[in-house]
Amino acid sequence: MFTAERVADEKDWIKGETGDWEVIIGLEVHAQVSSNSKLFSGSSTKYGAEPNSQVSLVDAGMPGMLPVVNEYCIEQAIKTGLGLNAKINLYSRFDRKNYFYVDLPQGYQISQFEHPIVGEGNIEVLPIDSDGNTMDLVTVGIERLHLEQDAGKSVHDLSPDETYVDLNRCGVALMEIVSKPDMRSPEEASAYVDKLRGIVRALGTCDGDMEKGNLRADVNVSVRKPGGELGTRCEIKNVNSMRFIRQAINYEARRHIEIIEAGGSIDQETRLFDSIKGETRTMRSKEDAHDYRYFPDPDLLPLNIEQSYVDDLKAKLPELPDAIKNRFMSDYNLSEYDARILTADKIKSDFYELVANGRDAKIAANWTMGDLFGALNKSGLELNETPVSAKMLGELIDRISDNTISGKIAKSVFERMFNGEGNADEIIEAQGLKQVTDVGAITAIVDEVIANNNEQAQKAVENPKLLGFFVGQVMKASQGKANPQVVNQLLREKLGL
Amino acid sequence: MSNQKNVVNVEDVKKIARLSRLHVEDTELQSLADDLSGILGWIEQLNEVDVDKVKPMTSAVAMKSPMRKDIVSDGGKRDQILKNAPKEDDGFFVVPRSVE
Amino acid sequence: MTDLTKYTLDEALGGMNKGDFTSVELTQAHISACESATELNAFVTTSFEQALEAAKNSDLRRAKGEIGIIEGAPLGVKDLFCTDGVKTTAGSNILDQFEPTYESAVTANMNAQGMVMLGKLNLDEFAMGSSNETSAYGPVINPWRKEENLVPGGSSGGSAAAVAADLCLGATATDTGGSIRQPASFTGTVGIKPTYGRCSRWGTVAFASSLDQAGPIAKTVKDAAILLQSMAGYDEKDSTSLNVPVPDWKASCGKSIKGQKIGIPKEYMIDGMPDDIKKLWDNGIEWLKDSGAEIVPISLPHTKYALPAYYVVAPAEASSNLARYDGMRYGLRTNGSDLNDTYARTRTMGFGDEVKRRIMIGTYVLSAGYYDAYYLRAQKVRARIVEDFENAWYKCDTILTPTAPSAPFALGRKVVDPVEMYLNDIFTVTTNLAGLPGISIPAGLNADGLPLGLQIIGKALDEDTVFATASALESAADFNSKPAKWWIK
Repeated sequence: MFTAERVADEKDWIKGETGDWEVIIGLEVHAQVSSNSKLFSGSSTKYGAEPNSQVSLVDAGMPGMLPVVNEYCIEQAIKTGLGLNAKINLYSRFDRKNYFYVDLPQGYQISQFEHPIVGEGNIEVLPIDSDGNTMDLVTVGIERLHLEQDAGKSVHDLSPDETYVDLNRCGVALMEIVSKPDMRSPEEASAYVDKLRGIVRALGTCDGDMEKGNLRADVNVSVRKPGGELGTRCEIKNVNSMRFIRQAINYEARRHIEIIEAGGSIDQETRLFDSIKGETRTMRSKEDAHDYRYFPDPDLLPLNIEQSYVDDLKAKLPELPDAIKNRFMSDYNLSEYDARILTADKIKSDFYELVANGRDAKIAANWTMGDLFGALNKSGLELNETPVSAKMLGELIDRISDNTISGKIAKSVFERMFNGEGNADEIIEAQGLKQVTDVGAITAIVDEVIANNNEQAQKAVENPKLLGFFVGQVMKASQGKANPQVVNQLLREKLGL
Repeated sequence: MSNQKNVVNVEDVKKIARLSRLHVEDTELQSLADDLSGILGWIEQLNEVDVDKVKPMTSAVAMKSPMRKDIVSDGGKRDQILKNAPKEDDGFFVVPRSVE
Repeated sequence: MTDLTKYTLDEALGGMNKGDFTSVELTQAHISACESATELNAFVTTSFEQALEAAKNSDLRRAKGEIGIIEGAPLGVKDLFCTDGVKTTAGSNILDQFEPTYESAVTANMNAQGMVMLGKLNLDEFAMGSSNETSAYGPVINPWRKEENLVPGGSSGGSAAAVAADLCLGATATDTGGSIRQPASFTGTVGIKPTYGRCSRWGTVAFASSLDQAGPIAKTVKDAAILLQSMAGYDEKDSTSLNVPVPDWKASCGKSIKGQKIGIPKEYMIDGMPDDIKKLWDNGIEWLKDSGAEIVPISLPHTKYALPAYYVVAPAEASSNLARYDGMRYGLRTNGSDLNDTYARTRTMGFGDEVKRRIMIGTYVLSAGYYDAYYLRAQKVRARIVEDFENAWYKCDTILTPTAPSAPFALGRKVVDPVEMYLNDIFTVTTNLAGLPGISIPAGLNADGLPLGLQIIGKALDEDTVFATASALESAADFNSKPAKWWIK
């Protein structure tokens, strides 16, 4: 069912020579199930092994070999379906999709065509513009989710006139998540993929690693006059980063508009995205029109799932990003923006909760997002590679709140922690950064500063703003360690303010 | 017995030959079309059967699918996998170039 | 010394138990028989050296008291079962020189029970045929020869001929539409296709997955029971394998069938049925009556549609099952100008005409625009055929029919219309569609002195009753004719 009622916001319209256009986007996301073994065989799914070392006789399509379903993959598909607020089909079935290719040993791919395991659902997506601002919430419909086998890998650069085939990936379980054509801008599309990624990662059903191709998208793009009749769509295969998804859509929409405005028409076809050139190009010649001859795989029996099994999985479902975000906003009083950043994935939200536990939630959020994420970003690290653990960051915040160090000193302690010099207490000790609260010691410094700046001290009564100057001088003389409150209080006394 | 109605024409034969990756000589197209027409024409007697509200039978056993635990129990037999390969090199199957 | 090849499997096992002869002696006798019968072309590959080795090991096991249910018996294996280290061709050029690195579940079970494998038996290419003439390794000659060479039936023609000619004590076979029972009928042997799911399909080259089922061809009903027992069993590697115990079927042979209700389906009385087959069927009815069974007329109204439904379902599944034979990973490769040309040349060279024809029919009935009209409709007709049997079981316990509509016919008979050949399976194909057990028993000779078989069909998983009934029929028919061993010069 093609649902294209929604018209894009005017700001997302694309200016053409003949007027405005809007882009209609639907996505088919392939998410690799986080299983140890393949969908229909017991060989490993581990990434990066020697060619053909993780191949069973079943995967290689040897004569007489038969598939047996991996229970865990079924469970992950159902969990993902629940996470997408989708209907779980208690009856589903595997079909064969017949075509010849060198990376498809059986001559067919086992997939689910007529009866997918998951039916319609929907998720809410919050697109972000290039400046990082949140846009309006968009609901994206899910058409279906089905399980299927991945194909092997063809290597074309080992010989000029031959192809080398590695079947390690062959038979790995994929969840194909098909959206409705509900997106109207590149930002909406990438936000949708980001959201899906967050959901599967929170559920643990897929690691969401786009670089390894464990999550990749086929993007369907067409253009039309805003609200007008739908155009012909093209499918861009295997786009594997959020940025590429946006680039590919921008390029493809432009291409369509240019062709149509020049009086041409769009051929429905499959295209490839060239990430180096930033453009799409045609992938298959149309001569080889496909007729996949789907039919129920006679080697497999239908899946008849009990409702109680689904209910059980539902009850045990981990908290999903949306729920965590709402909880962060209500429990920690965080802004929508902060909550969104901190719940982008499970690792982030878990990290934040450890830091915030028993501490000021806002301060914890500022340190996590501002200082830590900033530093990670600068050094190109992911949160799971952070040199500053949640415990370390929490202890640092504790030292601020118990007045051991000032917020300013804390910044330098953080830098040292990030460089691997130890935890907060070790650094404070080693660097002698402990805040001075001894009134006698501070009085001595204050007296000295006033003596050295006698002229200003005289003027202070008329010009109370000079207090700031004196505070600065005292802090400088104490190397930042003097307790600011004590300094303030003493200066006011001594200067007669 | 068989009904020589023209169910399949030469174009159909070309199409199904292409889908099945079989080569049919031009001179054989017509006789093959006749053969297949004969068989399919005979099959068309199935239209006499009342199949209204009948659920199609897809498997010969009436049970639900058995399932396997998610355990790595196979693989690591590259030599066996490649043993009968017409051509192999460096652990890969070597096949005709598959990109245009 | 007596000719050890004249024994039945049961007798031979008894002889070894008593110490009358060893497995090595028994195996040697059968190897000699095979060597003098090359004219029958029953084997694609022989493995005599391995067989003698296996026989030696079997004798050692027997000495230690480790005795499997087919311990030391020299048997043949249809060349559709993959055998570790022994070439497996499926009767096709496309698998020429294919040497599996694995053992089919069925032959592995038999090895565990002491089988001595003499070699791989000839068959119609990919088990598609009713005369064994589609084999890439030449046709098998029926030991029952008259003035001209006759076909042994198919697709398990090599298995049937080898057993009939006493080249082995029994053989494995497979049955997708009648491929065990029709050749058994053509060669005066016993052949049973058990309930679908009894024997694992793992490691057996697939023809049509929802119909394929392994079973034995044997000299007697009891031998068939022993062999099936050694072949069957649950296999978690086959999702359609039935997780049920394997009973002692040998014990069912000879059990009384008094009071049993035997159905006679009127729809099997087809136009043009030869008189001797009609007479054979009548004899069968009388024999079973005499054994105390009650004969009840039944109706299986969709019988007529079984064959055309089969010729949609089987080719459809085959077209997909045979897609893996593409010359990329194993088997024949014929290089062409590019990838698609290599595919086409390989498959065109590798497959014979009948296989190609069925792949094309299968491709057609599954292709866009025809799926509903052919494939879906056939699956619905299949459901009606199952319904027919379910209704029949209210009235009877087993069903008696002829096995095949004719006696063995001449080799090389010109068949203009492929449908004419397909009609060979008219009485057997219904049980494949419904997944039921069916056995063929030699019950008499026709006017030309050629063997004819009768078929007993049973309820799903009720091989017990099938064996009991077949055994009663076997005793009553007292079929003990053997072909003259004309091939021994």
